[in-house]
Amino acid sequence: MTTLVSPIPGNPVEPFLRSDRMPHIWCPGCGIGTTVNCFAEALIESKIDLKTLALVSGIGCTGRVAGYVKLDSFHTTHGRAIPFATGLKLANPGLNVVVYSGDGDLSAIGGNHLIHAARRNIDLKVICVNNLIYAMTGGQTAPTTPGHATTSTSPYGTFEPSFNLPHLVEAAGAVYVARWTTFHVRQLARSITEAFNKKGFSFIEVISPCPTLYQRRNKMGDGLETMKYYKEKSKTKHGAPTSEVGLTLNGEIIVGKFVDRDRPDYSTLLKAQMHESLGDKYVDYDEEQGYACSADGGCEEDSCH
Amino acid sequence: MLANLRELTLPLVGVFVAAKGRVSIVVERCKACGFCVEFCPTKVLALSSAFNSKGYHPPHVVSPEKCSGCDLCGMYCPDFAIYGHKLQAPKAEATAEAKEVNNEG
Repeated sequence: MTTLVSPIPGNPVEPFLRSDRMPHIWCPGCGIGTTVNCFAEALIESKIDLKTLALVSGIGCTGRVAGYVKLDSFHTTHGRAIPFATGLKLANPGLNVVVYSGDGDLSAIGGNHLIHAARRNIDLKVICVNNLIYAMTGGQTAPTTPGHATTSTSPYGTFEPSFNLPHLVEAAGAVYVARWTTFHVRQLARSITEAFNKKGFSFIEVISPCPTLYQRRNKMGDGLETMKYYKEKSKTKHGAPTSEVGLTLNGEIIVGKFVDRDRPDYSTLLKAQMHESLGDKYVDYDEEQGYACSADGGCEEDSCH
Repeated sequence: MLANLRELTLPLVGVFVAAKGRVSIVVERCKACGFCVEFCPTKVLALSSAFNSKGYHPPHVVSPEKCSGCDLCGMYCPDFAIYGHKLQAPKAEATAEAKEVNNEG
């Protein structure tokens, strides 16, 4: 009955994975793997040269991404993914630096770094997988946990107001802000592709299920139930005012591309200022070093990479 | 038992000429979250009764002829355990073969 008509090509994600480290540690129903699929899809779509790509993660469940992708990746200290990434970007302006981390890492312990990188408009692509909780440490209340949610440190429900991350980074100065859930795989991949073509601080928030801690304690079912909830309750509103996209425990999730604007980025401003103050005495760092590999891709030097 | 063995040992399932696409499953990576089964637009998959070595029920192909090869299962799979792809065979030839198969069947 069956005939093999063509050879089966490999999984498109596989070239971007360290296959020897599979299966990964993420729980059944966790959405982080899904976001990695979208990231890989975006890498294929944007045809980015992988030699010019660096991925930086902090600590946490999402921080594990750095260990699972077959890219130049950097698993940094807790909350400091953005400072490490800033250093990478300033030392080698030709790199495309992606920060791939969780909400606890980026907005809690690294909250200051997040807003200041957005303020300076450093050319980073930040993918924040938001599972609304500190997952790896046992489900404690995070700054993103919505009101009335039960967590291991708030058995009677949280009462603190939570962070609305798109609003926070827009106010701080990000040039590209989008939010999707793990249900919106195609849209998320497109969004990451757009961020790669954007110069400046891009922030993409991905709402993801944490069935082991957040969904279980709040009696929201498993990962699949949560995905169905995302499908049912999410509403796409491109350009929605970010002040109105806050998350609630069981309410609507506004998704879409909220901000897409242009502002001069950090290195542009730095060069302009130095040229203005020092005139001809100022030599562009990248010109002196001759970053041919980054600027026009024509570098043949072995030591370069 | 034989069915179980076949599912566990064959990483590639669902090779049918009538379909526009095909799904491949790496059974040992699966954690049975069910995303692929739920979100397949043409309902090609179902969770099987077989176990993998970690004790999860991986999906299997129940309607291979419906597969369009859109790879949405692959996009959703958090464990990188499944992917779909379009069959490359020329359309006319594929339908001719399909007819043949149907006649034989």
